[in-house]
Amino acid sequence: MADALRFRTDNAVDHPAVTVDAYLEQSNASAVRIEPGDDARDLLPHLGHIRLVEINFPAFGDGRGYSAARVLREAGYTGEIRAVGDVLVDQIAYLRRCGFDAFEPDQPLDPSDVKMALARWPDVYQSAADGRVPIWSQRHG
Amino acid sequence: MYQYDRFDQAMVDARVEEFRDQCQRRIEGKLTEDQFKPLRLMNGLYLQLHAYMLRVAIPYGTLSGPQMRALGDIADRFDRKYGHFTTRQNIQYNWIKLEEAPDILAALAKVEMHAIQTSGNCIRNISSDHFAGAAADEVTDPRPYAELLRQWSSFHPEFSYLPRKFKFAVIASETDRAAMRLHDIGINIVRGHNGDLGAAVYVGGGMGRTPMIAPLIRDFVPLDQLVTYAEACLRVYNRYGRRDNKYKARIKILVHELGAEEYTRQVEAEFAHLLAQNIEPPIAELERIKAHFAQPAFMPGDVETSQPDVGDGKFAVWVDRNTHPHKQSGYASAVISLKPVGGIPGDATSDQMRLMAALGEQYSFNELRVTHTQNIVLPHVRKADLFALWQQLEAAGLGTANLDQVGDIIACPGLDYCSLANARSIPVAQRISERFAANGKGDTLGELKLKISGCINACGHHHAGHIGILGVDRKGVENYQLLLGGSEAQDTSLGKITGPGFSEDGIIDAVETAADVYLRERQDGERFLDTYRRIGMDPFKEALYG
Ligand code: SF4
Repeated sequence: MADALRFRTDNAVDHPAVTVDAYLEQSNASAVRIEPGDDARDLLPHLGHIRLVEINFPAFGDGRGYSAARVLREAGYTGEIRAVGDVLVDQIAYLRRCGFDAFEPDQPLDPSDVKMALARWPDVYQSAADGRVPIWSQRHG
Repeated sequence: MYQYDRFDQAMVDARVEEFRDQCQRRIEGKLTEDQFKPLRLMNGLYLQLHAYMLRVAIPYGTLSGPQMRALGDIADRFDRKYGHFTTRQNIQYNWIKLEEAPDILAALAKVEMHAIQTSGNCIRNISSDHFAGAAADEVTDPRPYAELLRQWSSFHPEFSYLPRKFKFAVIASETDRAAMRLHDIGINIVRGHNGDLGAAVYVGGGMGRTPMIAPLIRDFVPLDQLVTYAEACLRVYNRYGRRDNKYKARIKILVHELGAEEYTRQVEAEFAHLLAQNIEPPIAELERIKAHFAQPAFMPGDVETSQPDVGDGKFAVWVDRNTHPHKQSGYASAVISLKPVGGIPGDATSDQMRLMAALGEQYSFNELRVTHTQNIVLPHVRKADLFALWQQLEAAGLGTANLDQVGDIIACPGLDYCSLANARSIPVAQRISERFAANGKGDTLGELKLKISGCINACGHHHAGHIGILGVDRKGVENYQLLLGGSEAQDTSLGKITGPGFSEDGIIDAVETAADVYLRERQDGERFLDTYRRIGMDPFKEALYG
């Protein structure tokens, strides 16, 4: 867990995440792991108690986790959202836009590649979970 | 038409640099083919049977003269002096070298073009009515809405790893010239009760192995909520679309399995939630885009409104078949057929592309369109100029007068190029058009839309052909099924298989047999499709197998 690439300054949660089902049954953990088939909205009543949500990508092509992260951010969750599993540098920029602020992939990322990937796009076309001002708003002041 | 500002240009330029870097890493062996594949696919670069194929986006099928000229020049510099216009209103180059792909993207970026999201499980190029902005029957020009959605869907962070590819079509007329209801999302811009424009939204149509006609899920979305509504439709799909089976992953399966009503309920709930998130572009942005699609400076209607009567029968036939009514009197939209007798449907040589570019500049306010039926449109031609235009087209082998006729065949690349194919499509199309030209029946058949796919993926839209042909593999031998009664127009219907398949020779004869049944049975004014709908499959079966 120490090797997670984090874009936050608070201390990382130091205990393992529990499954969504386990969390909903006992609900005193502060770290939960969402699998692609889980409904992130099940966690919404409990967001005040959660400090870390791990979202697992068993395969990078399964994009359900992008929606899960945005759903959490749109509900006002400000804790950590960490992408785990098959996460490649080519997805980092999109993941950041959807509200992920930590990465702990199966294959460690090269920090300089990450930096380059995040710097690549000067602007964005849509509103998402990262608060960036989309091009269409910039055009109209 | 739309022109990039510095923001649009910067996005495309950044993409070129990113891809140059990725190609370099692949060539140096720092990326394996497995790692490289999803990256090249997001830039439209496929590995086909014999070489790399590059698919270039032509948003809603609209392009300028300089853009068409650039496409021709790319065909010269990087391919074998031709390109292939596709059923997605795009162009494909079939003989590309990997090391040159970034240079092609750079050449495209210079004329405000790209290959972004022309493949992969993301939102693909958005298609539209090829007569948009010109058609006499349109409510409004649908392209500003398509452009708004193009920008919204470009590099969309949440929807770049969908269960499957995702296709939009946007139209704005009762008459559907874009197969709107055979798209993942079909949008028809309509006028509401209060006179305002809004979007009627259809979700879950498609061809492929399980063809479906999209149901209407919302009859009116206000235009200042369009992006938010699209986002809701996509989010429900991204979260709940099937990912266990590639063949059940399109949104049509989700809508079908949930039922249109339940899917709609989920979309409405997500929509209500997203409205509070303020993700909609300002309406000023739509106005800005609309200004790019302002009507050209047409000559007043009372000046030279009629085409010259030059006493040339061939020209009159071309005008009759290949022009379409324009909203401005004195003008017409002219269709350049890329279906010469015996030719490869949709192919154009680099010289032909440059000629079409010049003709678009000279006669059509610098605008051209690609149709999903693989032809090229000059949308705004003065009727007084039609004869001069036609003469130049004739001289270049582009004057074929067969729009919507049996020779105007849609055919997918098939086994000549495509690694998924079961059978060849192109030679079958060539032989059918030759057959009907030689026996003279082609001219007597009227509107007859014939569509050929080389496998069940249906890129040639065979389900939607008045006559459809599907290539299948029968014990290692190419075999062709015949379908009758499909339509992609406002009376959308799916074709039915006649019965056992045919050999390559057999399918050519079978198409002629079906045409003969129509010629025998037709009543006044009926098209092939009308006769089929009236008399049903039996008389055709009898003639084919009896
Ligand atoms: S229909 Fe099949 S053969 Fe034809 S292009 Fe599509 S995938 Fe290839």
